[in-house]
Amino acid sequence: MDFSIDLKSLKPVGYTIPTVSSRLKWPDYWGTIKVRWGFGRDNYTVLPGLYKVGKPDGESDVFVSANYKLSFDQLRRSLDSLDAWVLVIDTNGVNVWCAAGKGTFGTSNLVKSIKNISLDSFVRHHRIIVPQLGAVGVAAYKVKEQTGFSVIYGPVHAKDIRTFVNSGYKATPAMRTISFPVYERAKLVPVDMLYGKYKLLIALAMFFVLAGLDRTGIIFTRMVENSMFPLINIAGAYLAGIVVAPIFLPLIPFRAFALKGALSGIIITGFMNLFFAAPLPERIAMGLINIGIASFLTMNFTGSSTYTSLSGVKKEMKWAIPFQIASAAIGLIIFIIYKLK
Amino acid sequence: MQYLKNTVTLKLDAGLCNGCGMCVNVCPHEVFEISGKRARITDIDDCMECGACALNCQSGAISVKSGVGCAAGIIKGILNNSEPSCDCSGVNKNDNSNCC
Repeated sequence: MDFSIDLKSLKPVGYTIPTVSSRLKWPDYWGTIKVRWGFGRDNYTVLPGLYKVGKPDGESDVFVSANYKLSFDQLRRSLDSLDAWVLVIDTNGVNVWCAAGKGTFGTSNLVKSIKNISLDSFVRHHRIIVPQLGAVGVAAYKVKEQTGFSVIYGPVHAKDIRTFVNSGYKATPAMRTISFPVYERAKLVPVDMLYGKYKLLIALAMFFVLAGLDRTGIIFTRMVENSMFPLINIAGAYLAGIVVAPIFLPLIPFRAFALKGALSGIIITGFMNLFFAAPLPERIAMGLINIGIASFLTMNFTGSSTYTSLSGVKKEMKWAIPFQIASAAIGLIIFIIYKLK
Repeated sequence: MQYLKNTVTLKLDAGLCNGCGMCVNVCPHEVFEISGKRARITDIDDCMECGACALNCQSGAISVKSGVGCAAGIIKGILNNSEPSCDCSGVNKNDNSNCC
């Protein structure tokens, strides 16, 4: 039997419940790679509804998932050799945690799905397993009140599901906590790198033109001659803020992300000055610009991190944004004045 | 990993707590423990204000101003004069925001 099916062609209506494999195929892995690099990221969905994994019956567990294909794939892979139901709720193709924060993976949507699909006609028990991170949007006691189904919060990571089920729905503290190890941070780097690509190109173009500036005007041949140092600095600052700081995150001193980024910017500037020659005012100017850029970009990594709080980010931004603007603006002014002198 | 010290808005009124332990179950950073049939905050600086505990606390013992700790989302909120929101992929089709 071939399980390699186009999930979008499945229509989970009535009593024909589609069966999906717990083994991922090559197209699933290829899809994951593409999404991680930002291709088709906004349209990687699964049709909401009820699915079968294996041969579930009235006593089998019901696992709830978002209709983001990465979430769904991780879940069905973890259900390998289990017989289970998977209830996919419509989160506009957004992953569980994000959708829970927005409320689309939330109490009312879950209640609606349970009622629409008549879940109690498929299972005799009254329990559903919701991924723990869904708790940001789901109030278990309200789901119980409105549907009769008890919400059991599963582990954070789908890979722990079998252990969780086998131990009588008990999650260890390790299964309950979300860490942010280097491979998790590295996974986010490709999308982050592409995220600011147009702003990066604009900054590079601007410094290419500015490099040709002097009292007599802007001359193209001077742009070509003098732009290497500023351009390599801008590219370096971009990498410092988006790659270096996130990868070495816990190793860099300071708690505020803006400071971690600023320090990465300083370190990158140091490297630039070791390997490339430029007049001192230009070195200082580019250093200040690097610090502003790297600090801002790393501050934006708070959105990708799994331990920063809203009030903390607000507190940090109050001083960080003026600092970043001032640093980059002073750098730019020094750069232009030096060119015009 | 811990973020800024003494900043989060998490509050627990142990007097209202019925010791159900739901906060321990849903917290992704082990902020709570049950001791003497009441919840207790172990280290408040571990909290990321996701709000799962308060939402799942039937006795209303927990409060937190929850939201996404996301600089791009906060900037967007200020520009649009609305609550901080990171548009995760899928909601705004043209937005490649890296949030969440």
